[in-house]
Amino acid sequence: MGSVGAAEVPVLLGPDGRRIDGRALDELRPIKITAGSLHQADGSAYVEWGMNKVMAAVYGPREVHPRHLQENNKAIVQCKYNMAAFAVDERKRPGLDRRSQEISKVIAEAFESVIFVEEFPRTSIDVYIEVLQANAGTRCAGIVAASVALADAGIPMVDLLPAVAVGKVGGAIALDLRKEEDNFGEADLPMALVPQSGRLVLIQMEGHMTREELSRSLDLGVAGCRKIYGIMKDALRSRYSPDAPAPRAEVPA
Amino acid sequence: MSEEVTAEILTTHILDLAREGRRLDGRKPDDYRSIRIESGFVVSADGSAMAHIGDTTALCGIKLEPGKPYPDTPNAGTLTTNAELIPLSSPTFEPGPPHPRAIEVSRVVDRAIRAAETIDLTKLCVTPGEKSWVCYVDVHILDHAGNLIDAGSLAALAALTHTTFPNKRFGIAQADAPLVIQHYPLEVSFARLGETIVVDPSFEEEQAAHGRLTIATDELGNVVAMQKGLVGAFSPEDVKELVDRAFRHGDRHREIVRRS
Repeated sequence: MGSVGAAEVPVLLGPDGRRIDGRALDELRPIKITAGSLHQADGSAYVEWGMNKVMAAVYGPREVHPRHLQENNKAIVQCKYNMAAFAVDERKRPGLDRRSQEISKVIAEAFESVIFVEEFPRTSIDVYIEVLQANAGTRCAGIVAASVALADAGIPMVDLLPAVAVGKVGGAIALDLRKEEDNFGEADLPMALVPQSGRLVLIQMEGHMTREELSRSLDLGVAGCRKIYGIMKDALRSRYSPDAPAPRAEVPA
Repeated sequence: MSEEVTAEILTTHILDLAREGRRLDGRKPDDYRSIRIESGFVVSADGSAMAHIGDTTALCGIKLEPGKPYPDTPNAGTLTTNAELIPLSSPTFEPGPPHPRAIEVSRVVDRAIRAAETIDLTKLCVTPGEKSWVCYVDVHILDHAGNLIDAGSLAALAALTHTTFPNKRFGIAQADAPLVIQHYPLEVSFARLGETIVVDPSFEEEQAAHGRLTIATDELGNVVAMQKGLVGAFSPEDVKELVDRAFRHGDRHREIVRRS
């Protein structure tokens, strides 16, 4: 979001309506998803989304730590979103900051909205999201990765959770912002969709949008989520198809 | 009866009422509790306000201190928002490092103030590259009867509108000067109770809720921040309708802040 007195703002939207990387306003960055990318986890996934690289692992249902968080009638969903120190231009101080704790909270709540938690009382379903390389939209990439990892772990859910951010760049509503658009754009609205119900389980927003712009952004984001949903299902299909190569793929180089 | 069982009975009752468009405290789905703001509550702060939404109380104190601007923004001061959910306000709050829900209140209140450009950060600059004000917005939740984000947002905006630069105390100028407010962002929160969406949820309604949506609007007709919280979901159509409701309540609350 427009930082005060910062360096000159790049031209985000060309006269031809193309964006800084040549994309159209409703075009996603390339997304590649590998399900089952880790060996120790109960479920895992690796996502490359534009220049984002995000790994997710799921453990559980397993014993709850710390014990007092245990719930008698359902599983709890715990999420840790973490960004590696080297994932951004200026080294990020390692460890949990307030941003990652807030993101962890809303992601855990989003997943608890779709997991059949009442099937696993007194357990914890632990979702770990590790951002290895960041270029805007890491929470959405994290949700997509974690969602495929949950499916890979065999956790029963209402549906997968595709997620994407919509924003406002150079006055136009655009799908899936990259870093320059996020830093110098006028608004950012990440969301996660339950395709089966058409409802959103994650909604955040920061910036300036009129009612009409917000309404269009929601529609554009939902359409984007539906495309990502297809890519997620393909990743799971290729992981579990009879002619899939190795039972557990290595992390792609 | 165990607390768990009473909580479940209460939740069922709240959801039953909501189905008929009724609420535990007699309100209708779009009724906001009464708001009261006392500005200048703490004289040791450079600005302060106590905000009451029904029985919920938040106190915000502003402190301005000289600091050094960040190298990438030499002409601007900085703004820091923090919310403390202190143990005296609820049996469910414990001392210790901030709970994620306290972090969420801090960050969502901060997001609206920042995104709306409530204060012009360049006006916090004293000497470019060398000296600028750091504006600390500290929100204390004193009494938790639900809807902490809105209470924090009201207290913070009201406190900022009554803030003075302590120029004399730090030898920066001969006289203290008021902090100028450019915009008036306010958060309005909603909770889903079954298929009914109520504004300004009480503590009990938050326990029963299937999702909360907070929407911050400004006086110019912009949505400046949103946050979905709790377990639950909203359709895009729900969100669009709630934006209209958030403007209606926000505009009314802005008048209350301006008169405070």
